[in-house]
Amino acid sequence: MPEIYYSKAVNEALDEELSRDHNVVLIGEDIGKYGGAFGVTKGLWDKYGAERLWETPISENTITGIGVGAAMLGMRPVVEIMFMDFIALALDQLLNSASKLHYMYHGQVKVPMVLRTPGGAKGGYGPSHSQMLSSLLVGIPGLKVVAPSSAYQVKGMLKTAIRDDNPVVFIENKRLYPQKGFVPENDYTLPIDKAIVTSPGTDISVFCYSSMTPVCQAVKLALKPLGIDLEIVDLVSLQPLDRETIFASVRKTGKAIIVEEACLTGGVGAEVSALIAEHCLDSLEAPVMRVGAADTPIPSSLELEKFVLPQAEDIIQAVKRIRDYC
Amino acid sequence: MLTNDQLLHFYGRMVTIRAFEEKLSELFTTGLLGGTSHFCIGQEASAVGVVGASRATDWLVSNHRGHGHLLARGLDVSRVMAELLGRLTGYCGGRGGSQHLCSYSEHFLGTNGIVGGGLPIATGAAFALKYQKSSDIAIVFFGDGASNQGTFHESLNLAQLWQLPVLFVCENNFYGMSTPISKTIARADGASFEVPSGTSGVTGWVTPRAAAYGIRGTTADGRDVEAVYAAAEAAIGRIRAGGGPELLELMTYRLCGHSKSEPRVYRTREEEETMREHDGLAMLPARLAERGVPGETIEATAAAARAAVEEATQRALAAPYGGRADALGGVFEEMRQ
Repeated sequence: MPEIYYSKAVNEALDEELSRDHNVVLIGEDIGKYGGAFGVTKGLWDKYGAERLWETPISENTITGIGVGAAMLGMRPVVEIMFMDFIALALDQLLNSASKLHYMYHGQVKVPMVLRTPGGAKGGYGPSHSQMLSSLLVGIPGLKVVAPSSAYQVKGMLKTAIRDDNPVVFIENKRLYPQKGFVPENDYTLPIDKAIVTSPGTDISVFCYSSMTPVCQAVKLALKPLGIDLEIVDLVSLQPLDRETIFASVRKTGKAIIVEEACLTGGVGAEVSALIAEHCLDSLEAPVMRVGAADTPIPSSLELEKFVLPQAEDIIQAVKRIRDYC
Repeated sequence: MLTNDQLLHFYGRMVTIRAFEEKLSELFTTGLLGGTSHFCIGQEASAVGVVGASRATDWLVSNHRGHGHLLARGLDVSRVMAELLGRLTGYCGGRGGSQHLCSYSEHFLGTNGIVGGGLPIATGAAFALKYQKSSDIAIVFFGDGASNQGTFHESLNLAQLWQLPVLFVCENNFYGMSTPISKTIARADGASFEVPSGTSGVTGWVTPRAAAYGIRGTTADGRDVEAVYAAAEAAIGRIRAGGGPELLELMTYRLCGHSKSEPRVYRTREEEETMREHDGLAMLPARLAERGVPGETIEATAAAARAAVEEATQRALAAPYGGRADALGGVFEEMRQ
């Protein structure tokens, strides 16, 4: 199995789907010769050219709407929003059109589009270029929202997302782009609505997604010598949530921590925590803990940023609180 | 140039639209309709003239004031009424209502509840048509108010850059809800606000904006169905021939409030009376008669249209509502593996 960058895995998925289905087109800013702000579409321009890669003006709401209109007429557009923060400018088409058309037109249309966007902080990008806005999207009925954490996941799931007949917001992560992982050589796909137990354990369930999954894996290794065995469950799909996998893990360990890069208030962690309280109360042996970003804009200074974003130490503190409680 | 038969057909469609809107207004007073509705009384000619110049496979995208557009396309009156009444037999099973009504098989891609929301969707449809090398085009209706949304400017810019087959149709009725265009549309020449009391000499307010994007813009009297048809037919012909996007601004006037029964405090009754004298529907019987169409044929056409609306309404009123499963299912398209 070759080991490739997360960004390359996205690139390969796009490449393979462009080659597989003529209805797939890429739409976005600077995705052509330049290769995208993070180099994700590098090489695709030379291979597919202007007929398949549509470079746009800086008009996020309209390019999202173009994706919606084209999808309704049988295409499979993949729209790139350069930074997840800019999704604010595309939200009308996402919220009032893409997500609702299939339902409100009573099944007459489908909207098979993917909106790819990198969320999260890369270090020093500041308040308007660092946000993980997952919680903004999961409350919109009709949108699928996924946030893969590895090269293996991101390649297999992007291919599935492009083939899905529904609008999918595909959250990538700037911090993950330069991380390497193994991917199979064959043409594979992964389900986009299933959580993955990335590392089984017995003591505490740790639910995470996107950039927080590798951090949680590292915490697991660090705590092993102390005799604490974490079970790392990557949520992958934030809407819908894979309840069965979440509940099975909590019923096994009796303890849960949810870790995310998004702000704590109203986050995916709050939703998972509520679901556990509603469905697994009898299994719980300790309070459900959440770790997330502070309810603060993300400061530009690298020194200040770390106080706002969740760190490995915050996860360890949550583990200790649970241990002290039991 | 329209034949007598065509003009008579257009007249019938316009009467259908007027009768439909008046029936809706009546139903609101009985409490049978929920929410709100935006009537297009006075604006029938712009819808019928443009849609009449399109072909049945051209894709239409409409806005919040969309009943005229969809009835002009020939959607089933009873199923439209049923949709507005929230019944299961409506085009969208009662899920969409007035502002979210679609008939995909009739290439009516939907009314739209967000001002300016349809412009990118139509641009996207045009993108797909170009990509698929189709000879169909996309036509999007919007109001003067929508020309102040970012989507208007973004869509025109993109459509011109990509040379997309789309006709942008602005129905300028001089008011965005209550606010006159003189307060909302900045213009270079300082022209003053003037409702089109005559039938000629109309000044475009949105057309100059098209020029900024290198898009050909045409201004026409939107109350005159023949003038609308002529302008639309010419524009559609050029677009279909690969000439790129165009904008058509149709100066019109709604002879009713913005929605339901609002009291229209923002304009005078005198202005409305003046405009009523130039009602595009009322002027048609005389014009048809001048062309030699017998009076009884004109009257019979109007009577048949009104009777059809009444009959369709009664059928819609007798239709069932959906149940819990109709409200909760179908959020996602099931994948066919």
